[in-house]
Amino acid sequence: MRKIAIYGKGGIGKSTTTQNTVAGLAEMGKKIMVVGCDPKADSTRLLLGGLAQKSVLDTLREEGEDVELEDIRRSGFMETWCVESGGPEPGVGCAGRGIITSINMLESLGAYEESEGLDYAFYDVLGDVVCGGFAMPIRDGKAQEIYIVCSGEMMAMYAANNICKGIRKYAESGGVRLGGLICNSRNVDNESEMIQELAKKIGTQMIYFVPRDNDVQRAEINRQTVIEWNPEAPQAQHYRNLAKAIDENQMFVIPNPLEIEELEQLLLNYGLMAA
Amino acid sequence: MLLRHTPKEINERRALTINPAKTCQPIGAMYAALGVHGCLPHSHGSQGCCAYHRSALTRHYKEPISAGTSSFTEGASVFGGQANLLQAIDNMFTVYEPEVVAVHTTCLSETIGDDLPQIIDKAGKDGKIPAGKHVIYANTPSYVGSHVTGFSNMVKGMARMAESGGHKNGKVNVIPGWVEPADMEEIKRLAGLIGVGIILFPDTSGILNGPLSGEFKMFPEGGVTIEQLKSAGDSIGTLALGEWCSADAARYLDTNNKVPCRVLDIPIGLKATDRFVDALRIIAGVSVPEEVTHERGQLVDMISDMHQYFYHKTVALAGDPDQLIALTEFLVSIDMWPIHIVSGTPGKAFVGRIKELTADLPCQVNVKSDRNADMFLLHQWIKQQPVDLLIGNSYLKYISRDEDIPLVRWGFPILDRVGHQYFPTVGYKGGLRLLEKILTAILDRKDRDDTEQAFELVM
Repeated sequence: MRKIAIYGKGGIGKSTTTQNTVAGLAEMGKKIMVVGCDPKADSTRLLLGGLAQKSVLDTLREEGEDVELEDIRRSGFMETWCVESGGPEPGVGCAGRGIITSINMLESLGAYEESEGLDYAFYDVLGDVVCGGFAMPIRDGKAQEIYIVCSGEMMAMYAANNICKGIRKYAESGGVRLGGLICNSRNVDNESEMIQELAKKIGTQMIYFVPRDNDVQRAEINRQTVIEWNPEAPQAQHYRNLAKAIDENQMFVIPNPLEIEELEQLLLNYGLMAA
Repeated sequence: MLLRHTPKEINERRALTINPAKTCQPIGAMYAALGVHGCLPHSHGSQGCCAYHRSALTRHYKEPISAGTSSFTEGASVFGGQANLLQAIDNMFTVYEPEVVAVHTTCLSETIGDDLPQIIDKAGKDGKIPAGKHVIYANTPSYVGSHVTGFSNMVKGMARMAESGGHKNGKVNVIPGWVEPADMEEIKRLAGLIGVGIILFPDTSGILNGPLSGEFKMFPEGGVTIEQLKSAGDSIGTLALGEWCSADAARYLDTNNKVPCRVLDIPIGLKATDRFVDALRIIAGVSVPEEVTHERGQLVDMISDMHQYFYHKTVALAGDPDQLIALTEFLVSIDMWPIHIVSGTPGKAFVGRIKELTADLPCQVNVKSDRNADMFLLHQWIKQQPVDLLIGNSYLKYISRDEDIPLVRWGFPILDRVGHQYFPTVGYKGGLRLLEKILTAILDRKDRDDTEQAFELVM
């Protein structure tokens, strides 16, 4: 089983990209579990058709510590397993601890056992790695591969670079590696070239360039992935390509995050080229 | 009447625990770690945690307990405890020269998400762990489980030391569970009598019941050695005594080192000891030696001689699941009636097991094991249905005094009596001692309460 964590700046489209990619992998006949690691618990909405998923921590709060796997896991598009870690309401408690608790619980309930027959487990993790809890999915023995969703916007690249710092810390002692950057296009000038250059400097690759297409939003309104909503749409094919690229990926590295000056120079160079 | 505010009527409680029947995970982890030879426990958190856990153990074992702490400050809480732990590992190996450092977390370091394997790996790569020395670890957030969980987690940390060399060593791993140093000694003696070579871990005998020799040894003789722990991966099998304390480590060895395991009850009382002795006998391929049969006979003799005093006496118990299961079986087997039982360690299986063991009693049995299963509830049950005897730790002395019920101190912690460090309650000999204590409590009470006409010289 390959365990993959998806990171990236808040609002960049991690959940959308993850679910669409998972739909692509599911079409290829893979058995997948998606674990949403975001207190908002909106990482599996498209796979579940908008069904409100009861999160692991809600279940824990209401039913105590005797939780069954079936209480926290639901079957979504093409029999992908969907789990939402959940968390406290905004402004209280500790969301990071919530992630530690729910991943521990999934392990102790045997969600990753060989008998479950999983090909992939995806962790969709909230925004920046703001505290130790949000690094739980990349601790040793958890996810081995990380993909960072980014775009050509400055803040998204900042965030990607920052996340690489977190990855390097864990990669040096454990088996976790960066698999690549996924560019979720915002129609920025020279976007593809700039992200490829960023990837090269970090020591990784841009594994796929997902163009911007309003079909994604249309599918989201229908609470579906693009592949489910309109299998013929060009965007559906892009997600299939991304799924294939991840499935066939062989490039796993320990990232070398850039110094801030270097990163700004990169932006300047590509921004100027456009101007 | 120190507990005069405890009402007889039981109202449902959700959030409040009063006089809990459990304590912190790290206390268990620290006790287990002391059963490794030359081991310095280390508390990864603030200083107050470490001070409390050390003193809790000192009060029970009447021995000094040394342990390091990462001494978290506000800064460590914000930036993570890695720098503190790296420095601490360096300092401990430099200054105190332990063979092993056993790191356990605390609520704070767990909540901020410090990743122990990653930090310990870094300590190794940075050269802070001298060659031939080791760091083991356990995650012990106190908001999960209880001191029993912490003990189990650290024992599992020991099991991670096991290596598989390909050649079986002909020994049996015995994981004794949370029992006294004297009990661990007794388990070794029994195995020796039957002729089974065992690797006992943890093993606190000689460490927490040592002699006063006039010379302070930071690391007393005794405890399981690293070589033994490594060799545990080549043992022919594992006997785990107690589902809550020992089974996790045994199953780990089963899965990772292909050492088959069997989970038994802690050998307290006649039947549980029979099962333990039988398991050892089968492994050794011998019949039970005369000496062991002799001890068993003595226990059976005392049970039958004094049966009239045990007969239908009601008992209330508080303590830890593994111990209470074995004790309940023992009490039922001598016709006593354990009717109120609480354990603060969560686990539905415990309630099921106790109900099974007490199914034939002609009276109602109250049993609860979760965070609301506290001494307050036990007291309320006793007010509803009084008992003849209490068995449990020192905290029961308040109920004992208020309700005027004799108390046999047994379990953890015992803060106000001695003896538990030196005299076992496991095995047949231990059964004799437990019965002696129960009988003394019952007969002292009878002597005190009997009328002049009923007062007997011979009992």
